[in-house]
Amino acid sequence: MSTEELKNSITAILPSSTFDETGEFLNVVITSEELLPLMNTLRTKSEFDFDFLFCLTCIDWKDHLMMVYHLLSKTHQHTLVIKAKIADRNNAQIETVCNIWRTAEFHEREVFDLFGVKFINHPDLRRLFLSDDWVGHPLRKDYTDENMISL
Amino acid sequence: MEINKSMEGKLTFPGQIHETTDGGILVTKLDDVINWARSNSLWPLVFGTSCCAIEMMSAADAKYDWSRFGFEVARATPRQADLIIVAGTIVMKMAPVLKRLYDQMPDPKYVIAMGACTISGGPFFYHTYSVVKGVDHVIPVDVYIPGCPPRPEALLHSMITLQEKIKHEQYFKKKIEEIR
Repeated sequence: MSTEELKNSITAILPSSTFDETGEFLNVVITSEELLPLMNTLRTKSEFDFDFLFCLTCIDWKDHLMMVYHLLSKTHQHTLVIKAKIADRNNAQIETVCNIWRTAEFHEREVFDLFGVKFINHPDLRRLFLSDDWVGHPLRKDYTDENMISL
Repeated sequence: MEINKSMEGKLTFPGQIHETTDGGILVTKLDDVINWARSNSLWPLVFGTSCCAIEMMSAADAKYDWSRFGFEVARATPRQADLIIVAGTIVMKMAPVLKRLYDQMPDPKYVIAMGACTISGGPFFYHTYSVVKGVDHVIPVDVYIPGCPPRPEALLHSMITLQEKIKHEQYFKKKIEEIR
């Protein structure tokens, strides 16, 4: 599917979504509540068939967090980026997508570890890189600890 | 000490007879022989955590060939190693592992801190939550070698410096003095 076709199809499913084409991929900006139904459609509907989640990460924009999902379809050879805005920083949570793409399981653990986003229905949400007794989430912009030296 | 001074600049087999005042010929010679043997057969532990390890491997290869100086027997277990070249960034999670490796090495053991990360944290000194700011917070270091990463020549230089340091150790002389 071309970029225009993708835009039209997604607008038909989710009229509230907005698009951003400044980068390499087509970005679809949605809210965290809209994520799971859209992702399910993108995976199962044969015209999309996004069978590969090749990147899952998070961005801290200081006033809100944003989950970023890079999707690829091996059959149609099209890519798409879903950006889900999490408005509540202090109680950040979003539905897990690891039932759709199994690879998300570890990526979501990483995001939980470093950004403190809670993934609802995740089967094993523990810290991945840092020790279990670590306090805080270091990739948040407001993170600091006593060992950290700042200029 | 007098013997070591007279030895400077002459890197020969330390089997010479030196006149000393208090009959310490055998003891100081034993030190010399042991130091000579130790310094020319340092077995490094295979330990590398980032890009310095690439330079360390390069120092081991045919072009730089650290076996010219007696370092070729790289060991994969700390129990057989004399020397640990800390090649790369040490993070908080790695620090207890490094300490454990060091503790498992038999005495006498030596440490070379290779590169900016192991000296002070280097490029990760500011704004970091995970990097140990200098490997000497974890284990004692004999030779520091700056660079990011240091060239293989610099690593060879640090190894030769360590050999010089070992050649000036006076283990038995100190023991005898303690007994006296």
